[in-house]
Amino acid sequence: MADSDDAGTSSVSEPLDLVRLSLDEVVFVKLRGDRELKGRLHAYDSHCNLVLGDVEETIYVVEEDENEQETVRTIKKQEEMLFVRGDSVVLISPQA
Amino acid sequence: MENGASSEGKDPSTFLGEIIGAPVTVKLNSGVVYKGELQSVDGYMNIALEKSQEYVSGQLTRSYGDAFIRGNNVLYIAAV
Repeated sequence: MADSDDAGTSSVSEPLDLVRLSLDEVVFVKLRGDRELKGRLHAYDSHCNLVLGDVEETIYVVEEDENEQETVRTIKKQEEMLFVRGDSVVLISPQA
Repeated sequence: MENGASSEGKDPSTFLGEIIGAPVTVKLNSGVVYKGELQSVDGYMNIALEKSQEYVSGQLTRSYGDAFIRGNNVLYIAAV
């Protein structure tokens, strides 16, 4: 418990401390399969299982039009509460 | 008592310990590259980066003040 007391920017002694410092803050989460989430972090564990509230999900879909041009379409969804399984998490970043 | 490793005084986690605080390049299995300052690493190769930038196929796509990268996605960590 000793090193969890010295809060502040210098208290990131292991990577998950960064996630701990983001509790109850809005975080950006990058997932496998070209998906992103933005929401308030309510809970997490060492697997990176996450509980997010008031979430905006963004899905990137690559489509090919008649001229074989690839365009990226984004789909946005809103979710009130989301449990994310850790194995699909790529990156977690606190939103400034 | 790990034969060889201790007499050499070097193993991969020693290297990672030495580059804490240094600018690094992290490449993921997906090909995405992150450049930033290495804040910390753990045994799963989870990584905390500071002032990092994300590059997708060489193009800068995003900047993060702080970023946590889940270790299973990591291909390599390079000290710049």
